[in-house]
Amino acid sequence: MTVEVLTSVGALGGLTFVLATMLVLANRRLHVEEDPRLDVVEEMLPHANCGACGFPGCRPFAEALVAREALPSKCTVGDAAGHARIAAFLGVDVGLEKKRVARLACAGGSNVARFRAHYDGPATCRAATLVAGGGKACFWGCLGHGDCADACTFDAIHMDPHDLPNVDEAACTACGDCVEVCPKDLFSIQPQDQRLWVACRSLAAGDEILDDCQVACTACGRCAMDAPNLVQMQGNLPVVAYAPSQTTREPIERCPTGAIVWMDAERGARRGTHARPVARRTALGDAPT
Amino acid sequence: MKLPGLKTFRHGVHPPEQKSDTCNAPIRQFPFAPLLALPLGQHLGRPSVPCAAEGTPVQRGQVIAEADGDFSVPLHAPATGRIRRIAPMPGIAGRMVPAIYLEPQPGSTQEVADATPCPLETATPDEILAAIQAAGIVGLGGAAFPTHVKLRVPEGRVADALIVNGAECEPYLTTDHRVMLEQREDVLLGIRYVLKATGARRAIVAVEANKPDAAAHLRAALDPGGPVSVEVLGVKYPQGAEKMLIQALLDRAVPPGELPIAVGALCINVATCAEIGRLLPRGRGIQERIVTVTGPAVVRKGNYRVPIGTPLRFLLDHVGTQGELSRVFLGGPMMGAAASSLDISLSKGTSGVVAFGTEDARASQPRSYPCIRCGYCVDACPMFLNPAQLGLLARNEAFDRMADDHHLMDCFECGCCSFVCPSHLPLVQSFRVAKAAVRKANKP
Repeated sequence: MTVEVLTSVGALGGLTFVLATMLVLANRRLHVEEDPRLDVVEEMLPHANCGACGFPGCRPFAEALVAREALPSKCTVGDAAGHARIAAFLGVDVGLEKKRVARLACAGGSNVARFRAHYDGPATCRAATLVAGGGKACFWGCLGHGDCADACTFDAIHMDPHDLPNVDEAACTACGDCVEVCPKDLFSIQPQDQRLWVACRSLAAGDEILDDCQVACTACGRCAMDAPNLVQMQGNLPVVAYAPSQTTREPIERCPTGAIVWMDAERGARRGTHARPVARRTALGDAPT
Repeated sequence: MKLPGLKTFRHGVHPPEQKSDTCNAPIRQFPFAPLLALPLGQHLGRPSVPCAAEGTPVQRGQVIAEADGDFSVPLHAPATGRIRRIAPMPGIAGRMVPAIYLEPQPGSTQEVADATPCPLETATPDEILAAIQAAGIVGLGGAAFPTHVKLRVPEGRVADALIVNGAECEPYLTTDHRVMLEQREDVLLGIRYVLKATGARRAIVAVEANKPDAAAHLRAALDPGGPVSVEVLGVKYPQGAEKMLIQALLDRAVPPGELPIAVGALCINVATCAEIGRLLPRGRGIQERIVTVTGPAVVRKGNYRVPIGTPLRFLLDHVGTQGELSRVFLGGPMMGAAASSLDISLSKGTSGVVAFGTEDARASQPRSYPCIRCGYCVDACPMFLNPAQLGLLARNEAFDRMADDHHLMDCFECGCCSFVCPSHLPLVQSFRVAKAAVRKANKP
């Protein structure tokens, strides 16, 4: 009995000793020298792992920061104070990265845009798109089932009363999840100080599209005429050249439908003075057949 | 369950057939709409390129858009008239698509333009394939895959059997049934063309047991001991799917991600075959196709030979509808596409138009409940997938796992799982979303 106990204790003890020795040796031999600042910097980052900085997650971004391959302001989730803390700790510049936000290229809420068919399946935009485009009269328009609001990790997208997603620019971190998820490709990441914005994707020319949506771009080209250096017509849609911090509102003023807007920091999208005002609060109903 | 004496595949479902309204209705010619709208991308592959300018007069059968490379087919004028404009039109998938608007000329004799014929006796296999492409022929069963690409046997493979698909398992549709009854000679001539083009030694015409008249009519014209035989299959949905046909007739399983030629088989729809036999001897192109127009809301149900590009609104106005239209399907109700607009037009791939009124539609819209793990969908799936598991993963948007571990991409969206689900879960709908997401993620 005693012998058996001693044998098993001895065998296991010996095995423990051998394996522990191997671990100790491995720890010494295979040790990887790591910059101790890495853990500190990672701790300072917001841990969102959203990838908006262009790196796969917060840890790889911390590595790039320590290696001075990126500057703290690239992190779109952190605020200015956080950036400054990291910059001070690493002794680098904060960087000049502009805040970028997601913007929706559609303004056709249910109060201004019509439906040509009722979609009756699972209530997601991605499912609706697969059934003959989803039933919105405008073939390019937002379907309003809110896949983007569901996908947003930062609670920056909310559906407004007219089933149109509304981006809270303060909360938006430009992570791009909404861009990925939108089946109509209506979201894109834009510099926040790019105030001129074309809130329409319709490639139709002429006033016919107004039967489907009252705020659609009719490709009249007035915005391009009023600011030829800033706006150009390409494929029946105005394309705005990015000019940092430019303040001219000229292109939006004569837009007859308000398709090109000024994204005001406080007041949201502002339409031009010639745009027909939208007073309706209720749904517009179905397209005439 | 396998019926004694009738070949079929395992699993599948038995939806109500609903074919009795139209299966005895002879094919009738449909009139020309005042304006035909012809999308340039009526087939899979690259859209055709217009070769007739706006305002020019064209003759019926003349090529108005050319094939763009090999994986494409030309488009022929379905009527003598004038090209009004080349502009976008609403497409079946809910996007604006480029199209040619053609205004048929009233009072024209509508004589069809013949081009170079492709005689069966002298043509080489390559010439036959080229003639099939030149005739603008695509799979008329619904997929609209260019037929000359489908029939081309790749280097190192041998086509051993040609399966001519006359199963027509979709509820409501009776076009293939009528083609087999009324265009027997065209079908048989088409089969001879295809056999010569592919080098296959035998052809099997597959007919479901609910069309005994078609099977008997075809058999009456066959020589015993000849290369063509008629096989009657059990009535089950989706018997007409390629992989199910090969399983039932040849007892071979097509490996995942492969085409039927991997097991030495080629499948072609019987209506496509009939068009080959009808058009090639005279060098013509497709100008019209046979469409079953039916459904509870349609007054004059029937099988019509409809000019390609006929607007859906004109078609439904002409056959007459009763009550308020609620749902219109292009193709059958199981795999067909719901139309979101009546401004779309009939294309080469539209095998049927099924219209429902408000009341029928309301009855088919029950509330869905959580999965109770009954396993009905597992017993229904003809691809032996696990739709219940896939459905749970789809709810969690685990699209990668669906594709990697649960063979999502083998799903061909037949809809058996949604059809049998007692909880009315939108299973196949969620798989379509998942497949679209996987395809988007894999795109370079």
